[in-house]
Amino acid sequence: MAFLELTGLTKRFGEVTAVEDFDLTVERGEFVSLLGPSGCGKTTTLQMIAGFEQPTAGSITLEGRDLVAVKARNRGIGIVFQSYALFPHMTVAQNVAFGLEMRKVAPAERQRRVEQALALVHLEALAGRYPRAMSGGQRQRVALARALVIEPEILLLDEPLSNLDAKLREEMQLELRGIQQRMGVTTILVTHDQTEAMALSDRVAVMHRGRLVQVADPLQAYENPLTDFVSSFLGKTNRLEGRVLERQSGGCRVAVGETTFEAPPPPDEAAAGGGRVIVSIRPEKVEFRPAGAGLVEGRAAARIFLGDHWLYQVETPLGVLLVIRQNAGPAEVETGGSVGLAWDPAQVRLLPYEAQA
Amino acid sequence: MPGRFAPWLMSAPALALFVALLLVPLGMTFVLSFHAFGFYTGIETTVDLANYIDVLSDGYFHEIFARTFGIALVTTLLCAAIGTPEAYFLYRMRSRWRSALLLVVIGPLLISVVVRTLGWAILLGNRGVINTALMDLELITRPIKMMYTTGGIVIALVHVMIPFMVIAVWAALHRQDPATEQAAESLGAGPATIFFRVVLPQAMPGVLSGSLIVFSLSASAFATPAILGGRRVKVVSTTVYDEFLNTLNWPLGAAIAMLLLVAVLLVMVSWNRLVERRFAQVFG
Ligand SMILES: Nc1ncnc2c1ncn2[C@@H]1O[C@H](COP(=O)(O)OP(=O)(O)OP(=O)(O)O)[C@@H](O)[C@H]1O
Ligand SMILES: [Mg+2]
Repeated sequence: MAFLELTGLTKRFGEVTAVEDFDLTVERGEFVSLLGPSGCGKTTTLQMIAGFEQPTAGSITLEGRDLVAVKARNRGIGIVFQSYALFPHMTVAQNVAFGLEMRKVAPAERQRRVEQALALVHLEALAGRYPRAMSGGQRQRVALARALVIEPEILLLDEPLSNLDAKLREEMQLELRGIQQRMGVTTILVTHDQTEAMALSDRVAVMHRGRLVQVADPLQAYENPLTDFVSSFLGKTNRLEGRVLERQSGGCRVAVGETTFEAPPPPDEAAAGGGRVIVSIRPEKVEFRPAGAGLVEGRAAARIFLGDHWLYQVETPLGVLLVIRQNAGPAEVETGGSVGLAWDPAQVRLLPYEAQA
Repeated sequence: MPGRFAPWLMSAPALALFVALLLVPLGMTFVLSFHAFGFYTGIETTVDLANYIDVLSDGYFHEIFARTFGIALVTTLLCAAIGTPEAYFLYRMRSRWRSALLLVVIGPLLISVVVRTLGWAILLGNRGVINTALMDLELITRPIKMMYTTGGIVIALVHVMIPFMVIAVWAALHRQDPATEQAAESLGAGPATIFFRVVLPQAMPGVLSGSLIVFSLSASAFATPAILGGRRVKVVSTTVYDEFLNTLNWPLGAAIAMLLLVAVLLVMVSWNRLVERRFAQVFG
């Protein structure tokens, strides 16, 4: 039996369906991210798990116990809010102690556990400060300590890092993951930042318009997206509309415009749609060849230097293709130069056809 | 010709109004309070502290001042006790109902204080609505005395002043992060604990500034104590009125008015100090 189980979870606000028929199981100690664009229902899902929103339909169970009937304050769930929601009139130590006070933990024990929690987030020295006098990163840590000190069954994080600058965010990501693994607390993170989701989680659950589209470990979701949406949302991709020409042993031939090339077997849906498919090729899977020796020929229209890698835009008969190359010495291709492009057919992904959102 | 004087020129009308309508009468009252008054001679332009000494050494005036500040204090406490939860309920209400109820709370401000107080007189009188109803129900045999009592004045003042408290607290509630309540709930706090430990402390600056407004307005209120207290339950402002218009002892009235002004100012300034010292660290 799974630790946390969401089954057929649905939430409607009047006419608006925020979450629809959402199924997810989370194992004990697992770190799962809910990933999706703004308005796809991530916060609503989290609020239902936390008990602040009542589901319209569906069930939530924790170790087989029904959670929907339990009041939010009795669920034993730790939450870190996007705004941190620290109590401004309490010191850091009082903030962290609040949950223990509510649980009637004896003062001496409380003191010990508050110190322990603050040590975990490296804030021992600031225990007497008020939140107002702290930086965003420090407040973030207080919020985390406050949620963890009650030893929650589940830790919910709603875009906890989105208010931090890029460098601090990266630091906090590493720290968050470290703490989560040390404590072994089951964690659900809500984010619209795909790199954050992939960096932190054991599995990502990609949501789109209130529905769960794919749940998989980050590598699997990135390499083998189930839909056009997942492939475009997770990282960059070259999205082309193509047609399956003929099936071959272990693959098929697809045509994009006049160009044809080999690809893995098409999805089952392709047959119904008259062979129409979405062809997705990740930019880092594309390689340069001398002009005339590629699968397609093109002209490097633009080149952007991004430190550890180069991003090229190459004009081809297929349209403008993105190519990412490692920065391992001088640039391979000059702007304006003619170049051939090639890729391993096994790296091409064919996905069910959807009109561009 | 915008230049160094432009700001002064632009605020000149407001400044002129301020000087003409506030500073000049206040200065004249101040000067007047040092003059003497004789029944046959009228106002004499001598300058001494006789009026102040009269007021400060007379038990009659002590009682009036004590009553005034007592009424103001009790009114303030009641307004805080009623207005704070009221503002919280309004704040938690769904938006459709909220605007309607906010109008109900603030609406009375649109009606003259005199009219509202006369309404209370109709309710509270010996043959008023409340006493008549209670006697008809045979719950009491003799009317309960409510007109011309400090209690009656406090009830009416609370009604008059409560919108100020609700607005002040309401504004403070809107400055707080609504997620703090959810955070407290997720940590195991019940509704009462959330209100007293999380909401109220954050709304406290609003309660305190509301109290300041209510206290100073109640201490200097005239219409309500005049109508509901009459000659029998005098407060400072009605005493000043009587000195000016009945006894015609303007200098003594002026001295009493100055003392009220100074007393209210002192309370306001020290209250403000206290509040600032308490909250500077937390809310800034
Ligand atoms: N209280 C509410 N009343 C009506 N509609 C709501 C309410 N809360 C959310 N919604 C709607 O439900 C949908 C999902 O909202 P939700 O807040 O869950 O999105 P989200 O994925 O968290 O987005 P974001 O990344 O912007 O935070 C949105 O279309 C939103 O407008
Ligand atoms: Mg959200």
